[in-house]
Amino acid sequence: MKACGSVFKYGDNVDTDVIIPARYLNSSDPKELAEHCMEDIDKDFVKKVKKGDLIVADKNFGCGSSREHAPIAIKAAGVSCVIADTFARIFYRNAINIGLPIIECPDAAAGIEAGDEVEVDFDTGIITNKTKNTTFQGQPFPEFMQKIIASEGLVNYINQK
Amino acid sequence: MGMTMTQKILAAHAGLDSVCAGQLIEADLDLVLGNDITSPVAIHEMEKMNTDGVFHKDKIALVLDHFVPNKDIKSAEHCKCVREFACKHEITNYFDVGKMGIEHALLPEQGLTVAGDVIIGADSHTCTYGALGAFSTGVGSTDMAAGMATGKAWFKVPAAIKVNITGKPSKWVSGKDVILHLIGQIGVDGALYKSLEFTGDGIANLSMDDRFTIANMAIEAGAKNGIFPVDALAEEYMKEHSKRPYEIYESDEDAEYEQEITIDLATLKSTVAFPHLPENTKTIDEVGDISIDQVVIGSCTNGRIDDLRCAAEILKGRKVAEGMRVIIIPATQNIYLQAMEEGLLKTFIEAGAIVSTPTCGPCLGGYMGILAAGERCVSTTNRNFVGRMGHIDSEIYLASPAVAAASAVTGKISGPEEL
Repeated sequence: MKACGSVFKYGDNVDTDVIIPARYLNSSDPKELAEHCMEDIDKDFVKKVKKGDLIVADKNFGCGSSREHAPIAIKAAGVSCVIADTFARIFYRNAINIGLPIIECPDAAAGIEAGDEVEVDFDTGIITNKTKNTTFQGQPFPEFMQKIIASEGLVNYINQK
Repeated sequence: MGMTMTQKILAAHAGLDSVCAGQLIEADLDLVLGNDITSPVAIHEMEKMNTDGVFHKDKIALVLDHFVPNKDIKSAEHCKCVREFACKHEITNYFDVGKMGIEHALLPEQGLTVAGDVIIGADSHTCTYGALGAFSTGVGSTDMAAGMATGKAWFKVPAAIKVNITGKPSKWVSGKDVILHLIGQIGVDGALYKSLEFTGDGIANLSMDDRFTIANMAIEAGAKNGIFPVDALAEEYMKEHSKRPYEIYESDEDAEYEQEITIDLATLKSTVAFPHLPENTKTIDEVGDISIDQVVIGSCTNGRIDDLRCAAEILKGRKVAEGMRVIIIPATQNIYLQAMEEGLLKTFIEAGAIVSTPTCGPCLGGYMGILAAGERCVSTTNRNFVGRMGHIDSEIYLASPAVAAASAVTGKISGPEEL
């Protein structure tokens, strides 16, 4: 399984309130949430993002609220993978559970810039920055997490078992 | 190798003699919690699962607290979805308007959380129940759905940071100052994936409400959970509020901690977290001259009776500053009633504050106190992220009820000593 696209880059402590502000949490419709994804940190994100694009960030991505609406919004906006130096733990769980691929890789977080074309191989954990011709070794997913992601989330995975 | 308190609780619930940090386990759950924002997503997920129903109708708590009483049509639809689910599955612990309170104040008060429990909640501040010696942690809606269906959840056993609390705090220093000080020291990811285990003889000088406040904000340091030892005060609280049996776990002498921190309550000062992260802390003597437009006293962090008593003591016989909006929110119906009987509500209203029915509303910028561009708020809530309480150009300063009440009077960030 691979992801490939252009990168949106953010810094430390991107919290779930800026990923999807609470004023939109009166909806749980993925399409509606996606329309406001990243609105309070990058108001142009929704206009620019294309299917397959990636988000790359520094430390503690997804900190704050447990709202699953955050990874749902990112996935529904078309993002194929989030790479970060570290993730906040509830966001990490939620992303896996809804089938949004995420990879912790400090080197990649440091070595990738906004607009770079990046490819991620989930089987090997290898992240390739095609723009800069560099590669990084991310942590490949354990087998059970790969299966959850391939099933598009925990619920489908449990149903298939 | 010895185990921490958290590790012992997790081992017992996974049917194992021992566990170690990093181990993946599946644990039995004593309680699964959701609110009006997270439950609809969980209910939708659960309906997709091949399941007959919920694992145990008494071990699920559904609390409508975030946008309730319904702030708009969409919120009303969400609440209706939860209400119908609760009815269909005969959920015992379903709390609607009239019975509801802010979940993390409500559940301990209702006796639904006790020492030794493993609790997951689709709300990040579920870590609050660590104050009673339970393992409790926030999860998302899908984990809540799986928990409601199976009564189990998988966990990676956390490593731990030991926080040794000593000394006795001065009059206006409370649990909020302890946790803001700690987050200021280790940062918003300082305890990422880990337990914060509180210990030390200073804990005896902290009320249960102080401990709830501290455990509540463990997530603000990135922690998986925060947990306190169970002492006489905690036992007294549980006996008063709960009929459920509880089990006391103690960390082993040789338990492993990745880091040890000591906080001397005697030297602690009132602490304020500046925008836009809870780690941006200053002590009250360092804040300078910062004028404010609004004060919020409430939330799962600081909406308990101790908090209201503290605010009332400061506001008694005083008036809030000209042009200041002060919103006070008792966290549960019982706290509301108690505050009324003690005359606290009268004090608040005479001072020029408003008192609201329990709601999370302003804390997350839902409703009931949204900020306009350029406005500043001193709030006893838990997060001061960009746009958290309204416009992205507004500012939130996190503080204790004492600082919030004093600031309401002066119109700028102030400690009670300045009055």
